[in-house]
Amino acid sequence: MMRHLISAADLTRDDAVLILDTADEMARVADRPIKKLPALRGRTICNLFFEDSTRTRISFEAAEKRLSADVINFAAKGSSVSKGESLKDTAQTLEAMGVDAVVIRHGASGAPYRLATSGWIDAPVINAGDGTHQHPTQALLDAFTMRRRLVGKDEGLGKDLSGKRITLVGDVLHSRVARSNVDLLHTLGAQVTLVAPPTLVPVGVDTWPCDVSYDLDRVLPKSDAVMMLRVQRERMNAAFFPTEREYSRRYGLDGERMAKMPEHAIVMHPGPMVRGMEITAEVADSDRCTVIEQVANGVHTRMAVLYLLLGGNEPAVTHTRPTGSEEK
Amino acid sequence: MSKTLIRGAKVLGGEPQDVLIDGATILEVGTGIEAGDDVTVVEAEGKILLPGLVDLHTHLREPGREDSETVLTGTRAAASGGYTAVFAMANTFPVADTAGVVEQVYRLGQEGGYADVQPIGAVTVGLEGKKLAELGAMHESAAGVTVFSDDGKCVDDAVIMRRALEYVKAFGGVVAQHAQEPRLTEGAQMNEGVVSAELGLGGWPAVAEESIIARDVLLAEHVGSRVHICHLSTAGSVEIVRWAKSRGIDVTAEVTPHHLLLTDELVRSYNPVYKVNPPLRTERDVMALREALADGTIDIVATDHAPHPHEDKDCEWAAAAMGMVGLETALSVVQQTMVETGLLTWAAVADRMSVKPAEIGQAKGHGRPVSAGEPANLTLLDPAYRGVVDPAGFASRSGNTPYEGRELPGRVTHTWLRGRATLVDGKLA
Repeated sequence: MMRHLISAADLTRDDAVLILDTADEMARVADRPIKKLPALRGRTICNLFFEDSTRTRISFEAAEKRLSADVINFAAKGSSVSKGESLKDTAQTLEAMGVDAVVIRHGASGAPYRLATSGWIDAPVINAGDGTHQHPTQALLDAFTMRRRLVGKDEGLGKDLSGKRITLVGDVLHSRVARSNVDLLHTLGAQVTLVAPPTLVPVGVDTWPCDVSYDLDRVLPKSDAVMMLRVQRERMNAAFFPTEREYSRRYGLDGERMAKMPEHAIVMHPGPMVRGMEITAEVADSDRCTVIEQVANGVHTRMAVLYLLLGGNEPAVTHTRPTGSEEK
Repeated sequence: MSKTLIRGAKVLGGEPQDVLIDGATILEVGTGIEAGDDVTVVEAEGKILLPGLVDLHTHLREPGREDSETVLTGTRAAASGGYTAVFAMANTFPVADTAGVVEQVYRLGQEGGYADVQPIGAVTVGLEGKKLAELGAMHESAAGVTVFSDDGKCVDDAVIMRRALEYVKAFGGVVAQHAQEPRLTEGAQMNEGVVSAELGLGGWPAVAEESIIARDVLLAEHVGSRVHICHLSTAGSVEIVRWAKSRGIDVTAEVTPHHLLLTDELVRSYNPVYKVNPPLRTERDVMALREALADGTIDIVATDHAPHPHEDKDCEWAAAAMGMVGLETALSVVQQTMVETGLLTWAAVADRMSVKPAEIGQAKGHGRPVSAGEPANLTLLDPAYRGVVDPAGFASRSGNTPYEGRELPGRVTHTWLRGRATLVDGKLA
């Protein structure tokens, strides 16, 4: 395993499968009466959140606590950062306090990379989302969810997503989730298609390992999973598309569209959902929608990442089955 | 004032000659010039002698950001890099938009004595792009401003740009445009393309530069004025300038050394030392810029020397200031990218880095031939030198160079400003 987790692109196929397999083990812990492992006892992890995020922060915190780590939560609002302290100063403060890992969420693309490579801090850095760049643990939890649903809960161990056709729909331009998923799903052997209005597709996307389509209806019948991306409200006034209504008509997922998907296909969303625009309530609340599962799987996956980065290279709970790397 | 004999230098890269300086003037150029008792001899075998370099685009930061640079430290950096004259950009605090501020900068340059400082006046009050600054008053001041620019910001209002181009015709001034369409570059942090898409950094499209250049050359043609385009960075910009010149439009253009060498691939490091305005572009753009400088489409090399204190760069990319220092490495980068690639001779380097910038900015006494009777503004460099760049040795107050740790060829050993040595054996005098 690598020392830091900054980008989904940094993961090899074997790394990714090892994380997913470890997450499976962690998921079993969640079924126990006492959902706790001693793996990171005595370790201190700081959740360094420069950007608001309830979902991701709580998910990391739950993962850390289930691994028995000591947790420090740092939110930039109301902190010394709002008084002008720099990322470097904050990092060095944490270093002096002896933290063993930093989970960082930052509004600026590249901030976790700088933290990991600038020498400001020695601890492993886990990117919990940076600007419009990467959100690797989101991609991992998405892949974990897909593997469970599309390959099988038990059959999936040691396997990747070879041959699966995954469609990401919406604001690709501003989406760190899309970037991370394209990288990871490609690494895991899936065929990825991005669907968005041309204004929300980045210039340079032609070098990405995926297809691009502007026509959702043509792609849906060939999709094993359709992941709807969040469209930020502020984009609506920036001429990326004419109206919310038009966006919804062309790129929203409703029951009629969902019916065009293969029967086994699932609907995903990183949350929070804008119901009625990106996705109708009918779809969001259907059995095919995995949003709640994704949230639960986020904890398992983050436990796996933290364990592997901080704990060791062996699976956390059992040692009886081959890891992805051994299988290959 | 004493005499100096520069012995055996290749004048403009030609055959070895001796150059005798008497006071502020070149007394004689030839071979076998005898050195009298009162003559300081500089042995210059294998070295290149050029007219003192002239930078049409320098940020000296004084007044207002003296923690980054002062007129004195900036001109010492200039002398270290072989420059004898620099044009100081107007985006200071307060902005150089009045006769008072430009005179202050001008006098600080005179007092320092390391390079002639010609202030550039702002085109609009406060660089706000709304109301013309007192262009005439700045021209008539002791500073004698001839170049006007809102550099750092684009004069994006077409009417204001038109009026500025028209107005400066009255006294032969030139407007130097920072071509950046503001709406197309909102939130932009690096060149828009493959790398920005991958890194998730706001894209800065080439067309944001090219569309303004296209507009401005047409405006210049329409009002019969001349326009200078700052720091071209794209292949498309080159094509527009080439077209405008072929059409007879009075346009000149500059390129920075870093845009001749570095590409946006370097931004993958997220190291803010590569964050600059305009952004580093692609390999294709770099090659087009080199070719355009070689064929004269781009008239000059200008440094866009932009000093920043350490803390403004030692941070995450989004928070970092844009710009890099350049005065002390410019000639080395030009040697590597243009001379050692066979694209420019040393005589052409003299043209692009001294003669033409002095012409565009009307820097009197600079960019002159190395011949008898001319002002002794001279630069001597050792082209065989190879060294690793260490900003700790810079004369500039700031060290935000993208070349730290990189080996660059060539080294300026001597600079003379009106016969006075400002740099001797690589050390400031």
